[in-house]
Amino acid sequence: MKEAELVIVGAGPAGLSAAIEAAKAGVKVMICDENQRAGGQLFKQIHKFFGSRAHQAGTRGIDIGQNLLNEVEKIGVDVKLDAVVWGIFSDRRVGIVHEGKNTLVKAKKILLATGAAENVLAFPGWTLAGVMGAGAIQTMVNVHRVLPGKNVLMIGSGNVGLIVSYQLMQAGAKVAAIVEAMPRIGGYAVHASKVRRAGVPILTSTTIKEAKGKEKVEKAVIIKLDDKFKQVAGSEKEFDVDVICLAVGLSPLAELAWMAGCKFTDVPELGGLLAIHNEDMETTVPGIYVAGDIAGIEEASTAIEEGRLAGIAIAESLGYINAAAAKEQKQQIYKRSDQLRDGPFGIGRRKAKEVLISRSLKQ
Amino acid sequence: MTLIKDGFFDADELKILPGVPSEERLKKGPVVVIECAQQIPCNPCEEACLKGAIEIGESIVNLPKLNADMCSGCGLCVAACPGQAIFVVDMAYSQTEATVQLPYEFLPCPKEGEVVAGLNRAGEKVCDAKVLKVLAPKKFDRTAVIKIAVPKNLGMIVRNIQLKNSDKED
Repeated sequence: MKEAELVIVGAGPAGLSAAIEAAKAGVKVMICDENQRAGGQLFKQIHKFFGSRAHQAGTRGIDIGQNLLNEVEKIGVDVKLDAVVWGIFSDRRVGIVHEGKNTLVKAKKILLATGAAENVLAFPGWTLAGVMGAGAIQTMVNVHRVLPGKNVLMIGSGNVGLIVSYQLMQAGAKVAAIVEAMPRIGGYAVHASKVRRAGVPILTSTTIKEAKGKEKVEKAVIIKLDDKFKQVAGSEKEFDVDVICLAVGLSPLAELAWMAGCKFTDVPELGGLLAIHNEDMETTVPGIYVAGDIAGIEEASTAIEEGRLAGIAIAESLGYINAAAAKEQKQQIYKRSDQLRDGPFGIGRRKAKEVLISRSLKQ
Repeated sequence: MTLIKDGFFDADELKILPGVPSEERLKKGPVVVIECAQQIPCNPCEEACLKGAIEIGESIVNLPKLNADMCSGCGLCVAACPGQAIFVVDMAYSQTEATVQLPYEFLPCPKEGEVVAGLNRAGEKVCDAKVLKVLAPKKFDRTAVIKIAVPKNLGMIVRNIQLKNSDKED
């Protein structure tokens, strides 16, 4: 059986950052991604990121992605694309189908950086063509430069809904409205203001009631919600749209962690059931680590920090970095992560992370 | 609280922001208006200002504080703001007009001399606006900064533009 020091599953911001840190320290890294290109969701993020200079603030996600790829190439990480990791077995054996060929690799350490999947919303007509997830729309518009439709109704006013609305307009589509079931806008006000001053109404306490059309979406019916989230009869409004975009949150993609026998816990603030991990990002199964959205739904910037942290911790546990040096590097990462998990939008996530880590001590 | 319900400020919400200059300062000439109201982790504006007129400090969720007397309205922070929340307003531009510099990331980019529609924070057309300058150096990383002239009373109202022929339905 083939052997590897570190197998990373997922070449998004977390996986790539971990690969860079671990490989820099001397770890022989194999990183697998089922896609044809590495970078995860970063190549769909054409907007400038927040944060500070240490988090590459002001740089567009696409450029942060390219920087990570350049670094990975420079260090010489073994990047396997079109490589589906389909199972994790005892003694950290990893089942991989790479370019159609099945192999089993025995790894000293495994990092799961598999990201997240989009949540969906079911409503009458939701199976019509033209009802799409925000991720699919971003892939079409920003990667393949194909407009999915001309008139869009956006469901969800979190940062994803707001940003994708803006990007759809940049690509030439019209956004009829953004609807939000909660009584307030979910994402950052600066993102909301950008679409608002471009003429897009944001309708809070409102949801989609129905999509109408013969074979594809032709109309969307929205309806007001009362303070108990009950539909207010008679408050329906109809829009002529050909696309209904769902941006209603994400859930961790954690099947491999379940399969590996990791213990899970429910942390609603971070997207639901999560593999419990410690301060080194190691799960309850020794040698198996998590980083990025699988370890709690956050942002690319936090995923990069968690990836770095896992990469350093893994290099340390394999004996490539001594404890003192590792400690110093980890402290810097904790500091940078805390900077991102701050303020009214971030402090809840920081506390939730602390709860998650404290549960690892009880195991 | 129209900001969290509708996505734009009402006049009172705007006034209390530490990044918004006083009316007296606005009357004196070009100055930035930082419409950043939520404590999100972000500080590129502080670094973009060569004059040290924008202060955020150690905690990057602090709201940007404008030292308006140190600000010359140069506009370097406009394209640097990832939230596109910074504008330069010159209320002393002429007897009848004010200028507004705003970030713009749509194509086509307007040309200097072109007349466009001036939109308010809710995206409503409130005036015609003449494009005075289009700045898009490499440093701005594909965010153009458009300088427009608007009627003087709309200097703190106009925050976006729409090209005249971009919307055939109107």
